[in-house]
Amino acid sequence: MTYIAKPKFHHPGLKKNDLGYTHRDYEGKISTLCAGCGHDSITASIIEACYELSIEPHRVAKISGIGCSSKTPDYFLGNSHGFNSVHGRMPSVLTGANLANRDLIYLGVSGDGDSASIGFGQFAHSIRRGVNMTYIVENNGVYGLTKGQFSATADRGSKSKKGVTNTDNAIDLVAIALQLGATFVARSFSGDKTQLVPLIAAAIRHKGASFIDVISPCIAFNNHAGSTKSFDYVREHNDAVNRLDVLVGRDPIAVDYAPGTVQVVEQHDGSKIALRKIDADYDPHDRLGAQTFLAKHAAKGQIVTGLLYVDPDAEDLHAHLNTVETPLNTLEADKLCPGSAVLDKINASLR
Amino acid sequence: MKPTDIAAPDYFHKVVDCQWACPAHTPVPEYIRLIAQGRYSDAYMINWKSNVFPGILGRTCDRPCEPACRRGRVEETPVAICRLKRVAADFKDDIRQRLPKPTPKNGKRVAFVGGGPASLTVARDLAPLGYHCTVFDGDPEAGGMMRTQIPKFRLPNSVIDEETGYILGLGVEFKGGHRIESMKALLAEKYDAIFVGSGAPRGRELDIPGRKEAAANIHIGIDWLSSVSFGHTDKIGKRVIVLGGGNTAMDCCRTARRLGGEDVKVIVRSGFEEMKASPWEKEDAIHEDIPILNFLVPTAFIHENGKLTGITFQKVKAEYDAKGRRNLVPSGEPDQTFECDDVLVAVGQENAFPWIEQDCGIEFDKWHMPKVDPKTFVSTNPKVFFGGDAAFGPKNIIWAVAQGHDAALSIHKMLSGEDITERPLPEVHVSSQKMGIHEWSYDNDVSIDKRFKVPHRDKVVALKDIRTEVELGYDVKLALGEAHRCLNCDVQTVFSTSLCIECDACADICPMDCITFTANGEEDDLRHRLKAPSAHPDQDLYVSSDLKTGRVMVKDEDVCLHCGLCAERCPTGAWDMQKYFIEMTHAGSTCPTKSRSAA
Repeated sequence: MTYIAKPKFHHPGLKKNDLGYTHRDYEGKISTLCAGCGHDSITASIIEACYELSIEPHRVAKISGIGCSSKTPDYFLGNSHGFNSVHGRMPSVLTGANLANRDLIYLGVSGDGDSASIGFGQFAHSIRRGVNMTYIVENNGVYGLTKGQFSATADRGSKSKKGVTNTDNAIDLVAIALQLGATFVARSFSGDKTQLVPLIAAAIRHKGASFIDVISPCIAFNNHAGSTKSFDYVREHNDAVNRLDVLVGRDPIAVDYAPGTVQVVEQHDGSKIALRKIDADYDPHDRLGAQTFLAKHAAKGQIVTGLLYVDPDAEDLHAHLNTVETPLNTLEADKLCPGSAVLDKINASLR
Repeated sequence: MKPTDIAAPDYFHKVVDCQWACPAHTPVPEYIRLIAQGRYSDAYMINWKSNVFPGILGRTCDRPCEPACRRGRVEETPVAICRLKRVAADFKDDIRQRLPKPTPKNGKRVAFVGGGPASLTVARDLAPLGYHCTVFDGDPEAGGMMRTQIPKFRLPNSVIDEETGYILGLGVEFKGGHRIESMKALLAEKYDAIFVGSGAPRGRELDIPGRKEAAANIHIGIDWLSSVSFGHTDKIGKRVIVLGGGNTAMDCCRTARRLGGEDVKVIVRSGFEEMKASPWEKEDAIHEDIPILNFLVPTAFIHENGKLTGITFQKVKAEYDAKGRRNLVPSGEPDQTFECDDVLVAVGQENAFPWIEQDCGIEFDKWHMPKVDPKTFVSTNPKVFFGGDAAFGPKNIIWAVAQGHDAALSIHKMLSGEDITERPLPEVHVSSQKMGIHEWSYDNDVSIDKRFKVPHRDKVVALKDIRTEVELGYDVKLALGEAHRCLNCDVQTVFSTSLCIECDACADICPMDCITFTANGEEDDLRHRLKAPSAHPDQDLYVSSDLKTGRVMVKDEDVCLHCGLCAERCPTGAWDMQKYFIEMTHAGSTCPTKSRSAA
């Protein structure tokens, strides 16, 4: 790990966003992960996305579990709320926080161990319920903290650093998320920020359960020949279906592309995403089509990336439960606790 | 762009902005690190080798290094390089054992006209090689303008004595009080080479009405300063006007304040900002209650009964023509008259060579300056060399030193029967600074301290005695703080394309957003695609060859802090921090003349 602090000086010509912040203002502490870790690139992408969206850091709650990935919230948005929860329990902590205060932006940061093994059930239920959040899995296919055993997302047939072949089938979190009804599903690669940054920004803007699986090579234990999560392998087998070239607020979109190659997706809050198609036949509004597409390409050994599915009119858990709009911490005491008479009434209705 | 050839000595030299800007190319970061380590003598010797007069320059240098300092592009103020040099001189131990030992003479004789910084530099370089050096000067002691024109409250005699003494101690013969009046006679003495370092000894005149009539109270600045220096002049009128806006004018006005001048002002033709004087010298003058009035052109000296009473000025303003050239035109306001008892004229210096006869084989140009080769400093007479102010007009001490080194090299080459136009390359040492996984052999934790002020003596005390030095210099603690502000620009970021796996770790960690991975292109195009805007096109881009993805690594050298975080966060060692120690080659070295380039 690096012992010196990142110098406070920044480039004198750095651009400022609408809030007057530079991207440096969205940083956290210096990373303690191994040098070159893909997770650090995801950290940088989250910083960039929040800067571009001019998000006020104190409006963000970043919640994580256990693992290398779950350490990363310490490295971005140093002025946000954070909760480093128990292993695999990020989704339930996030769901609870979201129910208590729907006004914050929820970033759930997890890893393949945290979400595909110990927290698999938690992951499934938070997606299934449609919690309004951005759920990012920093997926490196190994247990890095315990020195590189295969994780549940390691592909069958891939080799460990010591040369052992994985005989278990892999969990594809994207496929599961699609099946469980996530309303924004994407996959990306830590080594491709031009794709990843707009995806994170769009996911933050999405109202509903957004899930992004980011393949993030583990430099120490999973970046060798025979790995399917190495820089080289992912670069060779990356099949991007589309790219988010521009992500704009409420301004009209002016993109200069041949007709038919750009698809404009308007989200719930009126923000728009311009999607440049790479695969002309790919339709990101077709859940079933996306599942088939993924399965077919996975069989060919290709890693499909891009915005795979989006439902612009999604609803979230609060809508399903018809909860009060005011965050609980600002709800007045008599409303929050209406007294024993009301409780008696409720109890009576249940008898 | 083509991949950057980092084996070309100039590439990384330019990254060390201070060293590149210094005419003598002193290895600045190297000596600042030594100061931080308390190794003052070592720091002094690096300076001594490169700029010959560390103690003198540490007080008087015009500091071309400081405006160039990278720190000035990162925050408000550069590192106080000049005053750190003085720290090395102030706190060193006895360094006499480290000086070159007098060597057996090689039988060749070199004569020097003038005993100022240029001549002494040449003699310093040549004497250890066995040349018999004889320095002639009209003044009794060595030092030239450093001794006669720079006031003692800025540069005490003890410092001049010490540093000229080191050179004369190398076996250089000094003939003081011996002014050379005829080049022809000197040539007749059959020296193997002659070096002319006679400076720019004549103060420019101001020929306006009343000059002759009021002559008794009108003094030429540099002549008056040397007269003060030798103790011939010890008082001046109460009301003094100094004309001129250069450093000589600043020395004149501050000297006048110490010799009885109570109402001293400086009046300049140009605007305050465009004055030639260094900003800190203006500051020091203003601090001593000397107002500087600008945009006033003197038109006449007013006098009564042969006694000066004042000066009349025309008020002007600056106008810029289409080419951006400045013209001073009358502003139309009424003329202004300032009363005074004495005037010091410091409006420039000129060269004068009345002692060089026309048939010496030394040709002059239409400005009456000798024709001198700007690289070798040889005149049209192959045995006669010029340097310092005598060669190209008035500049600063550090230029005289730099030119002296070059002239010494030419003289040595000529007398060794070599081609003087073939110049040796600088000496370059490269070494990785990596000591362990997160250990570097330099202090890479960037200090965010602002520039430390040099303590000054109390004004009342300072103004009482003309020989009391005003600046006290940094103490050890202040020096350490200031030394830590240095960014170690000589510890270079070196990139190995073959090791890079394009993980982006360096680009992500870089605090200054210097590093970009992108498709290659022409320089103008690339500069527009960098992560952070490229504000200084004169600062190089470091471009790698093609990486695996077909992209290239581009690093804008402009505001790199040399913190080494790129190397620290690189998983494969594709980035390394390597110290480039670049030193100019002086006479007698065996450095090659042809460059190697990257394979």
